Amino acid sequence: MSSSPWFAVRKPMRPRTRLVTSVMSFVLPLLIWSLVSYVPQVWHPKVEITDPGSVTYLRPGMLVDREAFDSEVRQARERHVAVPAGNPANPIYLPAPHQVAKAFYTAFTDAPQRRSEKWLHESLWESIQVIFWGFLLSSLLGVPLGILAGTYDVISRLFEPFVEFFRYLPAPAFGALAVAILGIYQAPKIAIIFIGTFFQQVLIISNTTRKLDPTLLEAAQTLGARNLALLFRVVVPGIVTDLFRDMRILLGWAWTYLIVAELIGTSSGITWFITQQARYKNFDNVFAAIMMIGIIGLGTDLLLAWLGRRIFPWQQAAAEA
Amino acid sequence: MKARSSAHGQTPVGRNLELPSYLEQSDAVRDRFRRLKQRPVVLEVESLGKTFDSAQGTVTALRDISFKTHRREFVCVIGPSGCGKSTLIRILAGLESATSGRVLLDGKAVHGPGPDRGMVFQGYTLFPWLTVKKNVMFGLEMAGRGKLAAEEEAMQWIDLVGLGKFARSYPHQLSGGMKQRVAIARALANQPRILLMDEPFGALDAQTRARMQAYLMEIWANIDITILFITHDLDEAIFLADRILVLKAHPGEVSELIEVPVAQPRKPEQLLTPEFLATRKRLEALIHHPEKEPGLNGDHLNMVRMVSVNDEVESVF
Repeated sequence: MSSSPWFAVRKPMRPRTRLVTSVMSFVLPLLIWSLVSYVPQVWHPKVEITDPGSVTYLRPGMLVDREAFDSEVRQARERHVAVPAGNPANPIYLPAPHQVAKAFYTAFTDAPQRRSEKWLHESLWESIQVIFWGFLLSSLLGVPLGILAGTYDVISRLFEPFVEFFRYLPAPAFGALAVAILGIYQAPKIAIIFIGTFFQQVLIISNTTRKLDPTLLEAAQTLGARNLALLFRVVVPGIVTDLFRDMRILLGWAWTYLIVAELIGTSSGITWFITQQARYKNFDNVFAAIMMIGIIGLGTDLLLAWLGRRIFPWQQAAAEA
Repeated sequence: MKARSSAHGQTPVGRNLELPSYLEQSDAVRDRFRRLKQRPVVLEVESLGKTFDSAQGTVTALRDISFKTHRREFVCVIGPSGCGKSTLIRILAGLESATSGRVLLDGKAVHGPGPDRGMVFQGYTLFPWLTVKKNVMFGLEMAGRGKLAAEEEAMQWIDLVGLGKFARSYPHQLSGGMKQRVAIARALANQPRILLMDEPFGALDAQTRARMQAYLMEIWANIDITILFITHDLDEAIFLADRILVLKAHPGEVSELIEVPVAQPRKPEQLLTPEFLATRKRLEALIHHPEKEPGLNGDHLNMVRMVSVNDEVESVF
């Protein structure tokens, strides 16, 4: 059994098995979710009332705990009055897959129930803009600074101790300050994403830069490269593939700061949509929105990975090594 | 491989053979060395010293190294591990600075790395993000050559090392020997005064290494280049070099500058000539290994028989 191809240590599987396994990683959770949702014997701690019978406080469609329901049934039988009826159900916060799928679809087709609410895609678009600007501004400063700090010791000493200190300050703590300085609309949200990303970015990229093989720099010097040529013709292209990978990871982190960012100032965006829908107990919408973030995140990452393979044709070597 | 295993000096080649002295030179060889020494001096090293500060105090890596290399000469540097031969070549390349003494190239002192001293490293050090052609163009572009001129010139050097078909390949698509040929072409494209090679074939298998040695001899014979070549392989040093600079360790000092009495041009058959073997014997005597490997009993492991007495295979002999 130890020679089975499924558990060979650090050996790639055959492409077909590999694809099947990757698909399974999504199918398995879906299967568990379906099992819990559709098989009445599994979990289902509540009862959805279909007929209240003689119990006065029950209404059709109401969810009650199974123990409470069972005792009402018992009492009704003892007193020989109409027995309430109902079906096993899950708590409201766990909608079934088909409900979420429907919400996913209606989010784009049916207008929101309340006039003050926004469409899901509007909220989503607001969030994407916040992420985009926050991440762009952070990268415009963080990437050059990280590369310089990784290349020149003086810049590393000048910036990194402070960055190291600042990175421990929680970005959400700056929420009130950001609102005071930048107003209540998009600006403070972008600032939170910036603070959450920038300091990590500088440190991660300076470390990536330091990992560049020093003999490449030495070889370039013996070929006549100096100062700026060394930086732009050797350091930057030498780390660009790793840099790209770092950026993909950092973009994921930027999304995690979104939830805080969107709750300050005037609440908006996808996380606000989620909070509000949860308040109205529309948990199918909540799940649909959460999944949409996941799909956008994974989609962007796959797109960037594909793009990376296209722009950096030499990086297969690094992947294979 | 046989050559490597006898590098300890305890099993000198031809112990029972009457070998001539390595100092004996045929008329042709003697005449060649006379003419060689009349050529202009390209590289002059004057009492070079290098010390490091370490936790155990100051360590002397190199002490009072002096030698001259003439134009189009092939010099090999050889020595036991820890003799500072890598430090020496790095100082010559300008990648490290000497503590004392100086390095003159064409009579002028050098400071820092520069394109007048090409270097080939053991680890190839090709730029993985550039194709073979762009790698070779790198130095030419650094020298301010136009893109078209650089491209044309680079292709000539790539053809010279026989990799014309691979000009558009990336380094990761090449074998070790091919990578090192690109590295040589890249260093030569700058037309340096001297080519410094730091154990360039050390990571290659025996066959590729022999082929690379032949290529290098051919390149050296046909273009105006002086070569300083570091190796720990005695046969390689004798096969390639006009003269061999032997260093000794702790501290790194010149032990002897040997004029190789083997006639030029070299052919693989010469590995068994008396001059070759005599030089080899001398090198073995110079590069002895005084300190034993820890935990070993001379050249032997402390072995006891670990095969069952009535095993099917009683003995390997």
